[in-house]
Amino acid sequence: MNRAAPSRAVPSRDELFELLDTVKDPEVPVLSVVELGIVRDAVADEHGVVVTITPTYSGCPAMHEIEQEIRKALAEHGIGPVHVRTTYTPAWTTDWIGEEARAKLEAYGIAPPGRQESSDLIPLRRHAATVRCPYCKSLATERKSEFGSTACKSIWVCRDCRQPFEEFKAI
Amino acid sequence: MADSFLFPYLLRLADDRLILGHRLSEWCGHGPILEEDIALANIALDLIGEATLFYKLAGEAEGQGRNEDGLAYFRDAVDFRNALMVELPKGDFGVTIVRQFFFSAYSLLQMEALTKSSNAELAGIAAKAVKESRYHVRHSAQWVVTLGDGTEESHKRAQRAVNDLWRYTGELFLSDAIDQEAAKAGIGVDPSTLADAWRTQVMEVLQRATLTTPTVNYMQRGGRDGKHTEHLGHLLSEMQIVARSHPGASW
Repeated sequence: MNRAAPSRAVPSRDELFELLDTVKDPEVPVLSVVELGIVRDAVADEHGVVVTITPTYSGCPAMHEIEQEIRKALAEHGIGPVHVRTTYTPAWTTDWIGEEARAKLEAYGIAPPGRQESSDLIPLRRHAATVRCPYCKSLATERKSEFGSTACKSIWVCRDCRQPFEEFKAI
Repeated sequence: MADSFLFPYLLRLADDRLILGHRLSEWCGHGPILEEDIALANIALDLIGEATLFYKLAGEAEGQGRNEDGLAYFRDAVDFRNALMVELPKGDFGVTIVRQFFFSAYSLLQMEALTKSSNAELAGIAAKAVKESRYHVRHSAQWVVTLGDGTEESHKRAQRAVNDLWRYTGELFLSDAIDQEAAKAGIGVDPSTLADAWRTQVMEVLQRATLTTPTVNYMQRGGRDGKHTEHLGHLLSEMQIVARSHPGASW
C-alpha cells in the first residue's frame, strides 16, 4: 500500500491563479490580489508551490496579511507547502489593473486609476486629471488631497452631488 | 563576501528615510488640518517602508545576521549615518514642509539615478521609491508655494525655515570614498552629481513661492560619519524603547 501517494496532482498555473483570485485585498475587499496585480507568478511542482507577490507601496502594511491569506486559500485545497516570495521588480503599477476590475472599483465607490500623472514636479503647471465621480458620474470633481485612508488612494469631492469619494491613485 | 562599501552605502539610504519617517510620524494626530495629518502619516509610511527594504538589503550585505529590526532598533546614535537635516526637530508646519521639499527633491533625483544600479534588487526598490518620491515632491512643493506666497505670517515662517535649513542641505551632496566606490562599481550614485539638478529645481519652486534662496556658503556636516546633533539621541530613545525593552517580542 502506498500511503504517501499525493492526494492530488500538481496544480497548473491557471488553477493556482483561479484559487488565488479568491483572496481579496484587505484594504480594497472588492478586488482580489490577482486583479490588483499583486500576484506576479505561481508555480507548483511535486515539492510545493512558490507564489511571487509584489507590494503596491513600499510601506504597504497589508502585505503580511495578504501572505497569510494566500497560504490559507491554497491550504484549504490541500496545496502546500507554500513559499511566498516578494519581488520589487518590475515596480507595481496601476496599469496592471484590468478593465473588469476597474468597473468593480467604480461600482464599489472608488474611482478607478486614470492615466499616469505626468512627471512634471512644479505645482500649478500640472494639468488637472479628470476623475469621474463614482456615484453620479459627473466630471465636475476636485481633488481635496493626494493622500487618503490608505497609501493607494486620494480624496476627492464631487461638485455636483457633493459626495466625497476616494480615487485609486495612478502610479 | 560583499563589497565593503555596500553595507555603509545602503545604511545611509535607509537611515535618512527611517529618521525622517519617524519625524513625520510625530505629526500624526497633530496636523494643522485633517488632510495634512493623513498626508504626513502617508509619507512617513512610504519612507519607513523604503527604509525597511534598504535595511533588509544592508543586512544581507553586512552578512552578520542583522535584519531590518536589528538595524533600526539596536544601534545607537553614533552608528546612524543619516544626514543631519532629517533628525532636526519637526518644528512648525513650515519647517516640516520645507525640509520635506528639500529632502524629497533630493530623494527623487537619487532614486531615479539608482534605478540604473547594477544591483538588481537596489534598482527595483529605487523604481518603487521613484513613484513615491514623485508625489512627495509634488505635495511639499505645492505647500512651499502656498505658504511662501500666502499670508504675511506664513511667508515669514516659510522664509525662516528656508534660512534655518539651508545650511543642512550641503551634506546631502557630500561625496566620500564609500559613495565613490559604490558609483564606480555601478551600484550607487555619487551624491555630488545630483547637486546642480537639485539646486535648479529648488530655486524654481522657491522663486515661485516668493521666497529668497539663501546665499550662505557655510554648511553643517557630520551625520554621514556618525557625528550627530543632540536631537538624534532623543528621537532614538523614543523610537527604540519598546523594541529594546522587549527584545525579540512579536505579535
